[in-house]
Amino acid sequence: MSEVKYLTEFYHLNEFQGLEGYKKNGGYVEAAKALKMKPEEIIDEVKKSGLRGRGGAGFSTGMKWGFLPKNNEPRYLLCNADEGEPGTFKDRLMMERAPHQLIEGMIISAFAINSKKSYIYIRGEYDYPIACVRKAIEEAYAAGYLGKNIFGSGFDHDMDVYVGAGAYICGEETGMISSLEGLKGQPKLKPPFPAVQGYLRKPTIVNNVETLAAVKYIIRDGAQGYKKYGTEKSTGTKLFSVSGNVMKPGNFEVPLGYPLKDLIELAGGMKPGRKLKAVIPGGSSAPVLNAEEAMKATMDYENLASLGTMLGSGAVIVIDDSQCMVDMLGTLTHFYHHESCGQCTPCREGTGWLDKIVHSILEGRGRLQDIDLLIKVADNMKGRTICALSDAAALPVLSFVSKFREEFEFFVREGRSQVKGTNYAQMHH
Amino acid sequence: MFQLSSEGLQAVKKELSRYETKDSAIIPSLFIAQKENNGWVSKDVVDHLSKVMEIPESKINEVFKFYTMFNQKPVGKYHVQVCATISCALVGARELSSHLCHELKVKHNEVTEDGRFTISRVECLGSCGTAPMMQVNDRYYENLTNESAMNILRGLK
Repeated sequence: MSEVKYLTEFYHLNEFQGLEGYKKNGGYVEAAKALKMKPEEIIDEVKKSGLRGRGGAGFSTGMKWGFLPKNNEPRYLLCNADEGEPGTFKDRLMMERAPHQLIEGMIISAFAINSKKSYIYIRGEYDYPIACVRKAIEEAYAAGYLGKNIFGSGFDHDMDVYVGAGAYICGEETGMISSLEGLKGQPKLKPPFPAVQGYLRKPTIVNNVETLAAVKYIIRDGAQGYKKYGTEKSTGTKLFSVSGNVMKPGNFEVPLGYPLKDLIELAGGMKPGRKLKAVIPGGSSAPVLNAEEAMKATMDYENLASLGTMLGSGAVIVIDDSQCMVDMLGTLTHFYHHESCGQCTPCREGTGWLDKIVHSILEGRGRLQDIDLLIKVADNMKGRTICALSDAAALPVLSFVSKFREEFEFFVREGRSQVKGTNYAQMHH
Repeated sequence: MFQLSSEGLQAVKKELSRYETKDSAIIPSLFIAQKENNGWVSKDVVDHLSKVMEIPESKINEVFKFYTMFNQKPVGKYHVQVCATISCALVGARELSSHLCHELKVKHNEVTEDGRFTISRVECLGSCGTAPMMQVNDRYYENLTNESAMNILRGLK
């Protein structure tokens, strides 16, 4: 089975990046169409399409929009382009290749939720995508697709880019709102959910780049047409970022429900002489699958949940048999410790302890009981904090240790990696 | 004492009126000031911004210390950030950053004697499919080998 280029149909064309080329290939047709519809009709179509958030949580987009209060209070649309989940690089591709596709999806979405102002929050390191989106916004203003009385509909909308400054936690929607408000990017307690009280305590819808871009295609093909791809509960196509030990890493658009083993083949398969050892199927926060589980997994929300993991952001990290799982877990515990915002004690302290314990094993100071200590600390971090970062730090630890325990025990006993045969210092320094 | 250039000052003023609240201008203004202060935010940068923006220093400090893109100490003319998170680690990113340090005779996060380079290992930069990679100041360099990365650094003015 090959790719289904639904959102990415014209990504190979350089001209698709600019307004003229975008319009030549069907650009802004759906925005013009949607602004003649009733907002409720759009929301209804999005609900019926089954579109689920493509950033990580997989929550129904139409339902999220439906949580907005039914009044005339000003509300904001916030596009989450912070893309910080390790392994994920699809939003970057979308902003670079098709910034107008995002803007068009946002115009339609903003009209549907009656928002007069939107922000695209892009991670600060994405210098080139930021430039692409900024240029596209300028072009859209010049063409009258943003600003006053868009398409003669009487609908006004302003759009701006806000540039982040390096913090994984700002990809969490309430962390992002704090950051946009000019504060530390610390998440806020929910409820109230952002749809009720978000940016500046006003109703705010936060959606991922890929989610907003998909809205255009729901208008083009209708909910029924959109649902042609995917499974009953996981509708549509999805961009998967495949990285790690494959021959041709990259982004691949396939229908949800696509077999993971075929996706690995799309990415060129394993390197010669190497075998698949493990896959993290949905970004670094998703529990790891061993090779056997990976071979039977399909890339939809339900199947991955049944295997105890998640689709997340669609970042597939492929690990081959030359890799040491203790070492790889060390990179993850380091990441979460670095990125914990420090607000909740179980996460601030827990991520630090996890990282210290894994590194004590790596550095040859581990004790056998440390393996169970890792499990205990991780267990105590789950479900006890304001946001999901603490869980995201705990889940990889629990899955790595339970599925590759033998490697951890070997490292503790021998002070070196079972796979590499060398100690930590010899491995990378 | 740090002072914004007149263009920098104009840019900060523009940011101050751009968003719904003044506080939202702190991050963009820190970027403007950091660029004018050789790539890092010193105490007098914060003092100056506080005066210009009429926002308490404590508030600016709180923001700038939270975000990794603001450097809290001096960096080389070229700040070389090698992503070392899992996808990059799987294909040799840590070996790459160690190699660069070895070649340039410098430790991670320190400045080379000639002031030109700082090598840091950083967390995921969203370039997982083109790993190993490095960000030199604002620019990404991808699909690197130890040799190609060193050649790129040698080629910088």
